[in-house]
Amino acid sequence: MTELIKKTASELIELMHSGEVSSVEITQAHLDQISKVDSQIHSFLVVNAESALATAKDVDARRKAGEVLPMLAGLPIAVKDNLTTVDAPTTAGSKILEGWIPPYDATVVTKLRNQLMPILGKTNLDEFAMGSSTEFSAYGPSKNPWDISRTPGGSGGGSSSVISSFQAPLAIGSDTGGSIRFPAAVTGTVGIKPTYGAISRYGLIALASSLDQIGPVARNVLDAAYLQDVIAGHDPFDSTSLPDSLGSMVEAAKAGSLAGKRFGLIKQLSGEGFQQGVRNRFAEAIKLITDAGGEIVEVDCPSFEYAIDAYYLILPAEASSNLAKFDSVRFGMRVTPEGNPTIEKVMSATREAGFGPEVKRRIILGTYALSAGSFDKFYGAAQKVRTLIQRDFANAFSKADVLISPTAPTTAFKFGEKVADPLAMYLNDIATIPANLAGLPGISVPIGLADEDQLPVGIQFLAPSYKDGLLYEVGAALESTLEGIWGKRMIDFAPKLEVN
Amino acid sequence: MSEITPDLVRHLANLARIDLTDAELLRFTEQLSVIVDSVAKISNIVDENTPATSHPIPLNNVFREDEIRPSLTQADALSGAPDSAQGRFKVAAILDEE
Repeated sequence: MTELIKKTASELIELMHSGEVSSVEITQAHLDQISKVDSQIHSFLVVNAESALATAKDVDARRKAGEVLPMLAGLPIAVKDNLTTVDAPTTAGSKILEGWIPPYDATVVTKLRNQLMPILGKTNLDEFAMGSSTEFSAYGPSKNPWDISRTPGGSGGGSSSVISSFQAPLAIGSDTGGSIRFPAAVTGTVGIKPTYGAISRYGLIALASSLDQIGPVARNVLDAAYLQDVIAGHDPFDSTSLPDSLGSMVEAAKAGSLAGKRFGLIKQLSGEGFQQGVRNRFAEAIKLITDAGGEIVEVDCPSFEYAIDAYYLILPAEASSNLAKFDSVRFGMRVTPEGNPTIEKVMSATREAGFGPEVKRRIILGTYALSAGSFDKFYGAAQKVRTLIQRDFANAFSKADVLISPTAPTTAFKFGEKVADPLAMYLNDIATIPANLAGLPGISVPIGLADEDQLPVGIQFLAPSYKDGLLYEVGAALESTLEGIWGKRMIDFAPKLEVN
Repeated sequence: MSEITPDLVRHLANLARIDLTDAELLRFTEQLSVIVDSVAKISNIVDENTPATSHPIPLNNVFREDEIRPSLTQADALSGAPDSAQGRFKVAAILDEE
């Protein structure tokens, strides 16, 4: 049954629907893989084997009895550990929440349960999703299955590595500045940040509320489409969730086409300063798009140069406010200094002990950006840059249907390479951040391996808000063209992991 | 050069209720100086005529009927608390003993 773990989610759905394979077999195959490889990869913070198998057994019994079940019933999934779950500790990768069992499920988790999907466990992340490598997780980093001396990207490195090491067929991620798309690019997987508000954020431990978006992590574009279709939709518990449906992503992926569309090559992200192997694969992808009848046009987005700067003011500002709730009163850690301390002393000691370095750095930076005297110069100016970036996008989308760039400037980097230099770490997200600032959707699709290090490279497609379907349409078409050339899927190039 | 000094970082950390060690204070002063110097350039490309954007997707406030709906029980709400008493969160003294 080891072959089961190599199948795509779409294939597994068909196998279950035709009765060839049971959910218990699929779930057990993935649990076996977790026991074999996760001591090495460390994708999971907690594995919930018992409850996953119980759900799988329930699905099999009901399917056998002839009951009509939801589309994804019985398909196992992994969930990023910044989403609340009533039956598993939720830490957001932080010591301050160690052992916390939330009293409610995130809306996305409720939807997975309503689909009867076995939840295998919770995946690792940089603390409160602040980082690009999982090196800021309080519970140790996840490894990149392509080369375990390298990071799987971040913050969602647990969800990207779980997919690329065949420990789960699907995973949930969250993307504030690239935390789904960047890890996808460096692990040869597919990751999507949907339009802001397409998926409820209720129960997502907030990092920056005007930027955060939950989305699918998958082995191919169609799999991601299946997941987005079941987790999307309006939620009365999230006032920013979109009132209207964006349509079927599965239909869009199945209709996959590049012909007749205009692809905007973003001048500021066309590869200058990017790793040569990334540029080579990107150039080949452009040629394939042209060969398939797509038209390439150059678009100019001059304000993108300031996107990272604006982002690293808006995000810390919002985060400093969102993380104020970790105050030792209602949940999480409490550290009481000696003597007879006041509550303020208890809070300060708790937050000192409970937060890691990147979280402290960003809280202090955000407090500064919002403080009297700095507000106009920093936070206020950053919000204005946000307007300029939206104008650049509006202008670009008047000339192109979809925008393209490499997802990341480099392939996966080594542990320790950037951890002491915050600015170097922030540059990983240069191509992904503009979409969060403007709220529009983006997808990363694997386009091959870089010549110099044989590590995965991703292309990013961006579409106007509400047009997530376009991303699935062009993403699936390019993926199928590339698989035709390779004779196999991207993930089949991954080196075999040594097993225990 | 930015105006980030150890005293300012100490003040900001105090506002954010984080009791930094001396080593952290020095390291963060250095790192935040570099970050602030780098991001400060954005104030040069905007002016008073550029409107600010606080939210990516235009949404209007909506109202709903004020109805009683199921919510967390008191026990659920207290389930994660480090300390509680008589159905309430229990904390250290709010004020110094004077």
